[in-house]
Amino acid sequence: MHTDDTIAAIATPIGHGGIGIIRLSGRDAIKIADRIFHSPKGKSLKKSFSRRIFYGHIINPENNEIIDEVLVSIMHAPHTYTKEDIAEINCHGGPAPLRRVLELVLKNGARLAEPGEFTKRAFLNGRIDLAQAEAVLDVINAMTEQSGKAAVEQLSGGFSKKIEALRDKLVELTAIVEAYIDFPEDDTELSASDIRKRASEIEQELKQLIDSSRHGIILREGLKTAIIGRPNVGKSSLLNALLERDRAIVTDLPGTTRDIIEEYLDINGLPIKIIDTAGIRKYRDIAEKEGVERSLRAMEGADLVLLVLDGSEELHDTDRELMEKSNPAKTILVINKIDLPQKIDLKNARQAIVSQWFKDENENVIPAKAGIQTSSPDLIGGTRTFEHWVPGQARNDKAEQKIVNISALKVTGLDELKGTIVETALHGKAAYTTTIVTNVRHVMALEKTYASMNSFMEGVNKNLSPEFLSVELRDALDAIGEIIGITTSEDILNKIFSNFCIGK
Amino acid sequence: MNMNRDYDIIVIGAGHAGCEAALASARMGFNVAVFTMNPDNIGQMSCNPAVGGLAKSHLVKEIDALGGEMAKVTDRAGIQFKILNKSKGPAVWATRVQADRALYRKYMREVLESQDNLDITQETISRILIKDGSICGVGTTEGIYKCRALIVATGTFLNGLIHIGLENFPAGRAGEPPSVELSQNLAGLGFKLGRLKTGTPPRLAAKGIDFSLMGIQESDIPLTPMSLFTREITNPQLPCFITYTNEHTHKIILENLKHSPLYSGIIKGIGPRYCPSIEDKAAKFKDKPRHQIFLEPEGIDTDEYYANGISTSLPREVQVRLVRSIKGLENAEIKKFGYAIEYDFVYPTQLNPTLETKLIHGLFLAGQINGTSGYEEAAAQGLIAGINAAMKIKDKEPFILGRHEAYIGVLIDDLVTKGTREPYRMFTSRAEYRLLLRQDNADLRLMEKGYRLGLINKGQFNRFLHKKSAVETEIKRIKSARFKPDAVNPVLIKLGGSPIKEDTTLYQLLKRPEVKYADIAVISPSNNGMSADVINQVEIQTKYQGYIRRQAESAEKFKKIEGKKIPSDFIYKGISGISKEIVEKLEEVKPLSLGQAGRIPGVTPAAISLLMVALERRRRS
Repeated sequence: MHTDDTIAAIATPIGHGGIGIIRLSGRDAIKIADRIFHSPKGKSLKKSFSRRIFYGHIINPENNEIIDEVLVSIMHAPHTYTKEDIAEINCHGGPAPLRRVLELVLKNGARLAEPGEFTKRAFLNGRIDLAQAEAVLDVINAMTEQSGKAAVEQLSGGFSKKIEALRDKLVELTAIVEAYIDFPEDDTELSASDIRKRASEIEQELKQLIDSSRHGIILREGLKTAIIGRPNVGKSSLLNALLERDRAIVTDLPGTTRDIIEEYLDINGLPIKIIDTAGIRKYRDIAEKEGVERSLRAMEGADLVLLVLDGSEELHDTDRELMEKSNPAKTILVINKIDLPQKIDLKNARQAIVSQWFKDENENVIPAKAGIQTSSPDLIGGTRTFEHWVPGQARNDKAEQKIVNISALKVTGLDELKGTIVETALHGKAAYTTTIVTNVRHVMALEKTYASMNSFMEGVNKNLSPEFLSVELRDALDAIGEIIGITTSEDILNKIFSNFCIGK
Repeated sequence: MNMNRDYDIIVIGAGHAGCEAALASARMGFNVAVFTMNPDNIGQMSCNPAVGGLAKSHLVKEIDALGGEMAKVTDRAGIQFKILNKSKGPAVWATRVQADRALYRKYMREVLESQDNLDITQETISRILIKDGSICGVGTTEGIYKCRALIVATGTFLNGLIHIGLENFPAGRAGEPPSVELSQNLAGLGFKLGRLKTGTPPRLAAKGIDFSLMGIQESDIPLTPMSLFTREITNPQLPCFITYTNEHTHKIILENLKHSPLYSGIIKGIGPRYCPSIEDKAAKFKDKPRHQIFLEPEGIDTDEYYANGISTSLPREVQVRLVRSIKGLENAEIKKFGYAIEYDFVYPTQLNPTLETKLIHGLFLAGQINGTSGYEEAAAQGLIAGINAAMKIKDKEPFILGRHEAYIGVLIDDLVTKGTREPYRMFTSRAEYRLLLRQDNADLRLMEKGYRLGLINKGQFNRFLHKKSAVETEIKRIKSARFKPDAVNPVLIKLGGSPIKEDTTLYQLLKRPEVKYADIAVISPSNNGMSADVINQVEIQTKYQGYIRRQAESAEKFKKIEGKKIPSDFIYKGISGISKEIVEKLEEVKPLSLGQAGRIPGVTPAAISLLMVALERRRRS
């Protein structure tokens, strides 16, 4: 609601190759950009004329770490879109650096823009004329809806429960402090050890949430990704390698099946949700035919498919079948076990598949089997041409399967695979910008909450009077409120009256 | 009786709200009549005989700085003065004064009677007269009185119903008739009324009480008055006594819940959670073995004690058993039984922040009728209603205090923006800028406003300016001169603080927790003689400068949004993207600013964003 502070946001959808622009607008836009920008020629953005572009690096001033190679353009008020000072940082390093640059400008004094806020400012500052006012409202509406959707998606499930529980603990702690202030003659007391214990519990949980959200686990809707392939090609090892966690496969023996059916990971800043992980892990124990069916179902629901082949063996019929039935636009062929002598002959295989496809043009490719419930015309058999294989906007693209060689066990080729995943995912897709921004909003809010709790703890250790401690707790509640809505003094009073017998 | 006399402003009710309202309006130069059913009950303290306490003394001191009367009368009637929360910081210190009930009435009545332009009229008003949507007068059994503004401050009298046990009878307070017609009148005018409940404990005769078995609480010495203008406290000081309920007491209560109107479903009004009846305490907090009772003296010339802590509406015979189960009260006689009272209130979201109703021009409501509880909350509203009734007739800008300026601002903003469902009481936790809204700086915050309104006289204002400049001069002095370690360290070491290595200012030294103003005065005294008041202010402003600045910064932001005004004829309907529910809420509250709009429960930040654009569109077209 403040109209002259400095706001920042990712101004462009993350495009091909992950190029993105972070726009800052407001009083301190140029100052903030300057704080984290380092020009090899030692140029200062603050001293720049308007409409200049600078080459350099974004550097974290805390530890001098280089985050990205960038171009920064400087535009002075009032001849800008918002009629305020604007700095635009063109990042090149993909979604992860983009996100880190955004976090950095937020840490250095900017505020994450509300949905449509640049347009709103442009209008309020007279840059957009009255006739377009309705359009301004529409932009705000559309963006609010979009970000609201992203927020809701991310907040559903475990994350939101955790935040709620955390807020409740914060309210309870605040109630103890407030009751002690406002009701000195009732049996209220403040034990330093009690509030220290409560605060450190809250701090620990915050820390965990921040860490996990940094790793993308809190992202509810990632890119739905299926890892498929016949038994023993290394799907589990691939999943583990991507998760960067050591999960012993032995625990996946029959009877010890995990109940996790989804895993979340963060690939270069892109949220990924691996679906049907139980299928991946259990595959080895089930009949091959059933495995194929399960793979097909997973493929169908996925935005992205990692089809794993064993490079140390020749192609099996199952491999061929899966390749045939995969959608090239969303599939990456992962040749695993390149650390072993290679027997796979993919070139011929591809030829074979394609020719087989055209040969079978007039037949049912997939017999309509019981158990495969699908409404997708792409997967139920029938006559079709190659064009049918490529859905949506990618229809006219050259349907070329991407192939990456890796060794999941030796963890080689994984960076290339991650790069290919991001490329494939971002090709023509922009929805992830919103997701990333929402995630940044959460992380920043959690970090602010954490910082306030630190100050609270410091105050407790310094034996500060409770009305000062309360200032920190209110700040903490405000910060966490940026994720789940404000806590009013009425909420705190409710807690006081239900926990304490107040009143003479 | 003055038949058919005309007034500028009429006030109905001479309780705490009515008195402040009538005095403020009259002092601002208007002809005022205050109507009361019984002039002997002017300024009646119908609950416990005490004024102040946490957040409440803040209100009283604000009233005082704005030229109101409550603090002064409290000091004159005061028989025990205490500062609460002394172990905490000054922002949450609070003054509480036990007052002699009869003296309070006497002195308040004297003030009203000696006020120019103010008539006290003993008549019951039954009708509010409206012409073209504006107030034009009131009707009583005796006739009609014309007025240009009307302030209704009827407390618990609207449709009041007293409960003792399972019996109940209409009453405004114990022994006084209710005001049924006025309530019907307000409902007929289109006001939405709700029902609240409050209660009182039994009052006991001193002669049956064994005080030797109880804890004792006396005045803090030296006596610190409530009012800035009080020079001396002359009354003899009386102690309060403390005793506790016990398991036996609780057993009596729990066994008789079926005879409680509260627990048998007869009482429908919502009671205050911060002031629960002893029935509630026993039933809801069963694990607590005892509850505190505070025996407060009713006055110097009476032997009555107010048994604060056992507010009850149980039947009389149960009240007797209940009281006599308590240590020290085994032989106590009840002089007045406890009771619960249900009464009508007007949902306060129907008011503007001036306390004028949105429905009828010139009609102001103040005090318990707006859903509040407490003398202090009532008096604060009375003052604001009185001022604004006068400002309206003068055709001047309304007088509205912000949440960052005064607890009075917090109180009224909460009422008119969020409304209330239980009797609303002030707590310091309701104030976002608690560290700025201290009772020690009420004058610095408000006295100039009081002076501009004409409620603070020239002499008072000059004394205030003198104090203000003394504080500023001294802070400047201690900030400027630097002192060498050998001048400072002996003092620091004596106080158990760590010595310094480099030159420093007295200001920096005073920020240390262990250092008091007297200590820096040892290093370098001021040449100006300074009052304790000034020294206190210098100390507070220095010690808490960090936190004060932090809150002052957020208060600045608050002010900015508050400054974005919404015209009163603004149409919310049809702004694309704002939901029907939110439009309804905005239309109901009719916020004066974007800031206020944002505080309405359920109004989202996105809606405010859209509202901002729509406001700009309207401004430009």
